[in-house]
Amino acid sequence: MAKKTRITNNIRALRFGNGEMTQADLADRIGVTRQTVIAIEQGRYSPSLEMAFAIAHVFDVPLEEVFQYSDEA
Amino acid sequence: MSFKEKSAWIMAVIAAVVYFIYLSSVLGRADGMPLTEVAYVATLLWTIGLMIVASIVMHIMVAIAAPAEADKQDQRDKEIHRYGEYIGQWLVVAGALAAMLMSLAEIQHFWIANTIYLAFVLSTLIGSGAKIVAYRRGF
Repeated sequence: MAKKTRITNNIRALRFGNGEMTQADLADRIGVTRQTVIAIEQGRYSPSLEMAFAIAHVFDVPLEEVFQYSDEA
Repeated sequence: MSFKEKSAWIMAVIAAVVYFIYLSSVLGRADGMPLTEVAYVATLLWTIGLMIVASIVMHIMVAIAAPAEADKQDQRDKEIHRYGEYIGQWLVVAGALAAMLMSLAEIQHFWIANTIYLAFVLSTLIGSGAKIVAYRRGF
């Protein structure tokens, strides 16, 4: 049913590396619900470019350190 | 569960329960006589009113239970809403088309009204179901 995305991410690791930031904290900082952060982390939702940049901005890293695009679906 | 996902559950459950009440009431009243002779208009209108009131009350209750989440709607919620409405919409179109053809064929009002009502209910059920699946499994 769900379309398999080629986009993977390191959000979980980045959260732990940034003072064990909770999903709720990250959600508040980028202005989305906690459920959306969970869906992004689990690869069930591909965020918009703007949301992706907002996440990278929170961790103060380039976009490609947060999201990767793999050749295999 | 986000407020909007709860909202999809509320709409699906209310549509199913209230339509079941309507069907039970009308079919129970038939008691062997042809369905087109059963008084259905008041029940139909009352159950539509009940669906509207029940959905407002349930949304208020869910908002009171978790006020911080109640006014939150993000981009994913909007995309899922559009996705569900898009899927549910074709049933309303199908219902309207069926009602038009039935009118042209001069079929009794009972069947036309009930076709439209069923289309509304199915549209809500399938649209809300699609939203719930989208929340759970992606879309």
